[in-house]
Amino acid sequence: MPPLVEVSELRVLARDLEGRETVIVKNASFSVAHGEVVALIGESGSGKTTIALALMGYARPGCRIAGGRIRIGDTDILTLSPRRLAELRGGRVAYIPQSAAAAFNPAKSIMTQVIESARIHGLMTREVAKAKAIELFRALALPDPDHVGRRYPHQVSGGQLQRLMAAMALITDPDLVILDEPTTALDVTTQIEVLHAFKNVVRERRTTAIYVSHDLAVVAQMADRIIVLRDGEIQEIGATGDLLNAPASEYTKSLLAAAEPVVRLGIATPRASDAIPPLLEVRGLVAGYGATVAGMPLLRVVNEVDFAIRAGATLGVIGESGCGKSTLARVIAGLVPAAAGSVLFNGVPLSPAASGRSREQLREIQIVFQMADTALNPAQTVERILQRPLAFYHGLAADQQRKRVAELLDLVRLPAHLRERYPSELSGGQKQRVNLARALAAKPALILCDEVTSALDTVIGAAILDLMAELRRELGVAYMFISHDLSTVRAICDEVMVLYAGWKVEFGSRAAMASRPFHPYSDLLIASVPELRQGWLEDVGKPPIVNAAASAPAWAADSHACCFFERCAARIEGVCDVRPPPRHRLSKGADILCHRTEQELNALQSPRLAASGADTSSSWRAQQGVQ
Amino acid sequence: MTMRDEIDPASATPLLPDQQSRRRPRMALPGLVGLAVVAFWLIVALIGPRLAPYEVGNIVDTDVFGAMSDRFLLGTDYLGRDMLSRILYGARYTIGVALAATVLACLAGTTLGMAAAAAGGWTDALMSRAIDALISIPGKMFALVVISAFGSSIPVLIIIAAVIYTPGSYRITRSLAVNVNAMDFVQVARARGERTLYIVREEILPNVVGPVLADIGLRFVYVVLLLSGLSFLGLGIQPPNADWGSLVRENIGGLGEGAPAVIMPALAIATLTIAVNLLIDNLPSRHRAGPES
Repeated sequence: MPPLVEVSELRVLARDLEGRETVIVKNASFSVAHGEVVALIGESGSGKTTIALALMGYARPGCRIAGGRIRIGDTDILTLSPRRLAELRGGRVAYIPQSAAAAFNPAKSIMTQVIESARIHGLMTREVAKAKAIELFRALALPDPDHVGRRYPHQVSGGQLQRLMAAMALITDPDLVILDEPTTALDVTTQIEVLHAFKNVVRERRTTAIYVSHDLAVVAQMADRIIVLRDGEIQEIGATGDLLNAPASEYTKSLLAAAEPVVRLGIATPRASDAIPPLLEVRGLVAGYGATVAGMPLLRVVNEVDFAIRAGATLGVIGESGCGKSTLARVIAGLVPAAAGSVLFNGVPLSPAASGRSREQLREIQIVFQMADTALNPAQTVERILQRPLAFYHGLAADQQRKRVAELLDLVRLPAHLRERYPSELSGGQKQRVNLARALAAKPALILCDEVTSALDTVIGAAILDLMAELRRELGVAYMFISHDLSTVRAICDEVMVLYAGWKVEFGSRAAMASRPFHPYSDLLIASVPELRQGWLEDVGKPPIVNAAASAPAWAADSHACCFFERCAARIEGVCDVRPPPRHRLSKGADILCHRTEQELNALQSPRLAASGADTSSSWRAQQGVQ
Repeated sequence: MTMRDEIDPASATPLLPDQQSRRRPRMALPGLVGLAVVAFWLIVALIGPRLAPYEVGNIVDTDVFGAMSDRFLLGTDYLGRDMLSRILYGARYTIGVALAATVLACLAGTTLGMAAAAAGGWTDALMSRAIDALISIPGKMFALVVISAFGSSIPVLIIIAAVIYTPGSYRITRSLAVNVNAMDFVQVARARGERTLYIVREEILPNVVGPVLADIGLRFVYVVLLLSGLSFLGLGIQPPNADWGSLVRENIGGLGEGAPAVIMPALAIATLTIAVNLLIDNLPSRHRAGPES
C-alpha cells in the first residue's frame, strides 16, 4: 500500500517588507503511512508549522508555496482550486492549533462548534453529529460527556478545551490530523491528561497524524517516526526509538543534550550562619487582588508564605499557572502591596510599595520578566535601556556609562554592535540577555527571575541558564528563580519551594527534592514531567485526577480544607476537607504541608513511580558528580 | 555545556547593506509629497493676501459662477467675486484656525490622557468622568452658546474647536497609554523606583506617539468641517472673509453646473487634509513600525 501522505521537494518562500523572498522550507520530502504518527520537531523558525500548514494547501500571509508536490490519498493538494481546498480542510485534513482558547468562539456553545465542520461539509445530520461528538468526548475522557457540549468555552479548563479541539478535528473522520504544539501552552499536570487522551484516541481510531512540537520528550510519547528540522531543512528522519538512542545528525545530538537535565550550580553553596540575617526573608506573606474585606483581599493569591534566601544562593519557586508565584515576585519587588506579613532585606523590613523604599533598597533587588518582548521598551535602543539604571542608581557620567554598557554586553555574551539596535531587531534569546543585563546594571544582590526561559527554545533557554550560573559564580548574586518547569528549577537552584494555590506545600533543598516521599502535589508534578524515552506515558499511567474540573486552583479563604484536597491522590475524606493541614518535617529534610505522615506517604507513592523516580534522581546525581 | 549563540539568527547573520541604510531615518516619497503640499499651503496662508489679484469682498464680475478665464483664474462665485482671491484669503483662516485648534486639542488631550493613565485609580476615574461630561454637550450647541456670550473672533473660534475636540484625543491617548502602562517594561521602571513624570515621558509617550499623530490628521478634518458649519450659520469667520469650508457651502448652488467656485475650494481642502495625513503617516521613525510579526 502506498503511503497516505507523500511530500516531495516542498519549497515555501517568505517575502519581507522590501519584497525580497527567502526560502523558509528547503526541498522537504517525506511520507506518512496509514495510521502512522509522524512528528515534526525543531526550534522556532525551523519551518515545522509552515510544513504542517502546507499539507492543507495553506501558506501564511506573506508566504507562498513555490514548488514541490503534496499528495494525500489520490489528491494532489497544490493543484486544487480554492473551492476544493475549502472542502478538504476540516473534512479530510483537520488541524488542532496550539491555543484552543484562542481557537474557540466564546459566543457559541461548545457542541455547535464541535459539529460545525461536519455540518459545513454536509457529512451528517445534526443528530448523528451530536451523537458522534458525545462518543468522542467519552473517548477523550472528558468529564460529563453527555452535557459538556452545552457549556461555553470559558466554562471549561484549558486542558479540556484542548481535548474538545481534538473532538472537533476528529468528528469528520479525517484522513490526516495535524496537531500543532497542542500541549505547549498547558501545565505539566494538565499536559499528561491531554497526552493520554490524544494517545488513546489516535490508537483506537488508527488516526494518521502529524505532530508538530519543539519538545522531544512529548514527541517521544506520541510519534512513531520523527522528522528533525532546522532552518527549513530536514536534518534527520528516523523511527522514534532509533532517533532518541542513536541520533545521526549533530543537530539532533545538540537537541537531545539540551533536553537532558544538567545541574548548573555545582559549586558549594555559601555556609549558612546564624549571626548574619539572610539576604531576603519573607514572613507570613499574604497578597491578592480585588476588594479588601477585613484587611484581607477577596482573592488571596499568596497565603502565609515564609522563606529566606541567603546571599549568593538560589531559591526555585515552582507551581502551575495561577499558583501565585509571579505575584510573590511582584510583592517582593514592591509592585503589588502585601495584605499581611513582612519582607525583610538584610534584616531590615521593606516598605510594601516601591515608592516607599530607598534607592539603595530598590537597587539591591531587580526583577526580570518572562516575556522579553514586553519587558524591553520598543522605543529605546539597547544602549539607552542599559544606561538608565547606570544613571539612575550609580549616577555615572555619559562616557562611563558607555564603557559600562560595553562591559555589561560582554558579561551577557552579546556582541558590542548590538548596542544601537532596537529590541524588535533582536532574537528572543538576545532580548532575554539584554533583559538580564539591565538587571545586572544595578549591581543587585538579588535578582527575581520570573519564568525567564519559558518563552525560549530549549537550546537557547539552556544557554541562558548557563549564563545565569556563570554570573552567580562571578558576581555572587542571589536568585529567586520562578518556573513551572521542574527540570529547570532542579538545574539551577539550591533550594526549591513548591507553591499550590498560593500555599507553600513543600520546601526543601535540591537534594531533598530528588528523593521520596514528596508532598502529594510535588509528587504529581514530578511524575507529570515527560521523560525522554518511549513508553513513559504508558508506564506512568493515568494521573490520579479526582476532580479534573478543579484543575484551576480556587481556594476560598473561609475554607478549612487543604488547598490541594480536590486533586489529591492521598486525601483522607473527613480529615483533609475539615482541618487545615499541619506543616511537618520529613526525614529527607523538607517541610511539607500535609495531614499524611512520612510512612503513609512512602507507602502511597506507588513503587512503579518510585522506581522511575529513583532512576532519574540517581542519573541526576551522577551528573552532579561529573560537575 | 557550551554556549550555543549561533542559534540566535540575528547575531549569526550580518545585516545586509540596504538593511543598514534603513536604520537611518529617512522619509518615504509619499511623506515628502505631503510635506511639499503642506509647506505650499503654509506659505499661501502667510503671503496669500498679497498675491490675490482682487480684494476679497469685491464683486468684480457681472456673471455668477463664472468659468475659469484669464481674468478670473479660478472663476467667480455666486455673487461674481474672484474665487482665486477668496481662496488665497481663506487659506489663512482654514490653516490658521483649524491647525491651531487641532494642535491645541491634541496637546491638551494627550497630556491629560497620559496623566490619567499613569496616575490611575481615583485621579483617572475623576478625570475620565469629567471628560465624559464634556462629551455629552453637543459640539455645535456649545459653540453657539460661547459665541453668543463672547462674540465671534478668531481666538474664540480656536478655543471652541479645541475644547470640543479635546475629549476625543484624551480618550484615544488614555486607552493607548493604559495598555502601554500595563507592559512589563513600565513595571520594570516602577520597580526601579522611577518617578511618574519619567515613566510618562520616556516609557509611555514614545510608544503611543504614532497613533496619537495619526489621530491629529483625522481631527484636523473634523475641525475644518466644524468651522465651515459655524460659518454657514453666520457664527464663524465673518463675511466678506470666508474659510474654505464656507466657500464650498456658499457656492454649493453652483454644483449642478460644475462651477469651479465650488470645486476649487473643495480641492484645496482635499489637498491640504490628504497632505497632512500623508506627512504624519510617513514621519521618519523606526520603532513605530513595531515588531515585524
